[in-house]
Amino acid sequence: MSDVAQNQFNIREYIRENLFPHFMCPGCGHGIALRALLNAVHDLGIDKNQLAIVSGIGCSGRVGAYIDANTFHTTHGRPLAFATGLKLARPDLEVIVITGDGDCLAIGGNHLIHACRRNLNLTCLMLNNEVYGMTGGQVSPTTSADRFTTTTQYGNHEPIFDACKLAEGAGAGFVGREMTLQTPALRDLIKEAIAHDGFSFIEVLSDCTEIFGRKNDMGESAEMVLAQKADFRSVSYGTEIGETFKPRGMKTGVLLRDDRPEYAMAYKRHNEKKLKQ
Amino acid sequence: MSTRQNLQNLQGNHACALAAIHAGCRFYAGYPITPSSEIAETMSAELPKVDGLFIQMEDEIASMGAIIGASAGGAKVMTATSGPGFSLKQENLGYAALTEIPSVIVNVMRGGPSTGMPTRPAQGDIMQARWGTHGDHPTIALTPWSVEEVYAETIRAFNLAELLRTPVIILFDEVIGHLVETVDLARFENPDITDRKWADGKIEGFRPYADPGDGVPAMARPGDGRRVHTTGLSHGEDGFPTQDAELVAQFMARLLGKIETHRKEIERVDIRSCDDADVVIVAYGITARAAYRAVETLRQRGVKAGLFRPVTLWPFPEDAFKKVAERARLVLVPEMNAGQLILEIERLVSGKTRVAGVNLYFGDPITPQQIVETAEAELKQ
Repeated sequence: MSDVAQNQFNIREYIRENLFPHFMCPGCGHGIALRALLNAVHDLGIDKNQLAIVSGIGCSGRVGAYIDANTFHTTHGRPLAFATGLKLARPDLEVIVITGDGDCLAIGGNHLIHACRRNLNLTCLMLNNEVYGMTGGQVSPTTSADRFTTTTQYGNHEPIFDACKLAEGAGAGFVGREMTLQTPALRDLIKEAIAHDGFSFIEVLSDCTEIFGRKNDMGESAEMVLAQKADFRSVSYGTEIGETFKPRGMKTGVLLRDDRPEYAMAYKRHNEKKLKQ
Repeated sequence: MSTRQNLQNLQGNHACALAAIHAGCRFYAGYPITPSSEIAETMSAELPKVDGLFIQMEDEIASMGAIIGASAGGAKVMTATSGPGFSLKQENLGYAALTEIPSVIVNVMRGGPSTGMPTRPAQGDIMQARWGTHGDHPTIALTPWSVEEVYAETIRAFNLAELLRTPVIILFDEVIGHLVETVDLARFENPDITDRKWADGKIEGFRPYADPGDGVPAMARPGDGRRVHTTGLSHGEDGFPTQDAELVAQFMARLLGKIETHRKEIERVDIRSCDDADVVIVAYGITARAAYRAVETLRQRGVKAGLFRPVTLWPFPEDAFKKVAERARLVLVPEMNAGQLILEIERLVSGKTRVAGVNLYFGDPITPQQIVETAEAELKQ
């Protein structure tokens, strides 16, 4: 076998096949996000024995169990709090948080902003499918305007959260956004996020075909992601492209990179200096 | 045995923090709340000196989450709070109980409900400590009555948490938390320290929640190659979610059973003058000190009184209590709440003995006089 073949990404080396069939719905984008993450882990040469996946509650929360690593399925909204303790106690572990739009922005919103502020070396993947899928399709902080959900029976009247802007404002060291349609770009973005020394936040634009798509007559998965493609554009296009190409005005790609001091190193250095005085 | 003493004036909260570090605590996450803040403050000063980590989290929920995460990574951990914060910690406390992640949670009780009286003592969280998180779950709660006992019980809390892979709650009240007493630290020079049982041996086919016989499975250490799954969902021996009634029944029997089978290690009681007692006073925390004085006063007045003090409040030391209650005419339960432990006492005496409460929960500690008066009034009836 050549070196190239040996280094080729084989997803079966990173998943728990004994748990299959998995429980994600047909058309769900979360599996694509999972593959992109595992491909990134492989490309970076991370030992799965040293990999810790921390997730919360919801569809996103269940994704972690399929990864053949040290996996922690924690409480609703709290994976970042749990991951903060884990990473501080075990800096040798590569700690990656998988969360969702409800888990991360609603019930766990406070933990997100403070995780960004601290800038501890964690990677946070927020799988945004615009809905609480697990509980039957209720409105979330990222459900688009006028969309129908089981708790917006006359269409959503609430404004949405721009999670990346929130992360930027709160001080995250690395912020990016990508859709599951652009799988290689998503993989590369995740690689950059993991490699960044500080808190990295990625919003993954996933899709919920079965519950959200059906409720809104958005068609099959392919139609949903193509509609997403029309909604978002890569930062590499610059600012010249007019509003007509970006109805939601959101950009994809690396949105922010800031090499400010990482939390654990800063804590250690600071205390060592003060204790010597 | 050395007779050398190391006498220190310590506040209850301060003693709790120092004892935690002595027991091996190397990670503390907390959130400011009266009257427990001195614990966090001491940890913030002391932990960096021993290469430990202190972090003030964004809220009570996060501090509970962070200690569970750190413990899952292998650290001995603690957080401290008071009523409102204890309420917020309940969900993650249940997670720690189900996933069997060792952790120590201190609740310095203050007046409630709600914001209540932050600077006043109370004992209103007794039942919350037992049943606060949803679902049936194991609970260990310890209630020291002096600064020295805070020190001893904090060390014991860590040992029990590690031995049984479970959260352990230390309950004391504002008075004990802020009381300054002389503690002989020489007593604690070489305390017995229990360390966690880590999984070793064969990795292939490892079942993280299989019962090794004593109900407490060895824990897989992240990075040891076992790559286990930890979830708050009901799970089987393999750690993965299940809704199979038989597997869930098996799991719950072990989870609750490990406390029952280790009662000998968990239970600690302090029984005074109960051998011939007609009146048994059951009290814990600062109230027990008033109760002990009341016992002396009652004896001086010719009433054979005794004190039964559960240092371990949960699981309640049932057998030890039944023994002293058997010959009593009256069991008196003074507590700074509207009547919580008394429910357990009534259950245990099953109507065979008269039970009465002294329930004052308006911000002042219960005095010996109030207990004596109630005892005498009850005896006349």
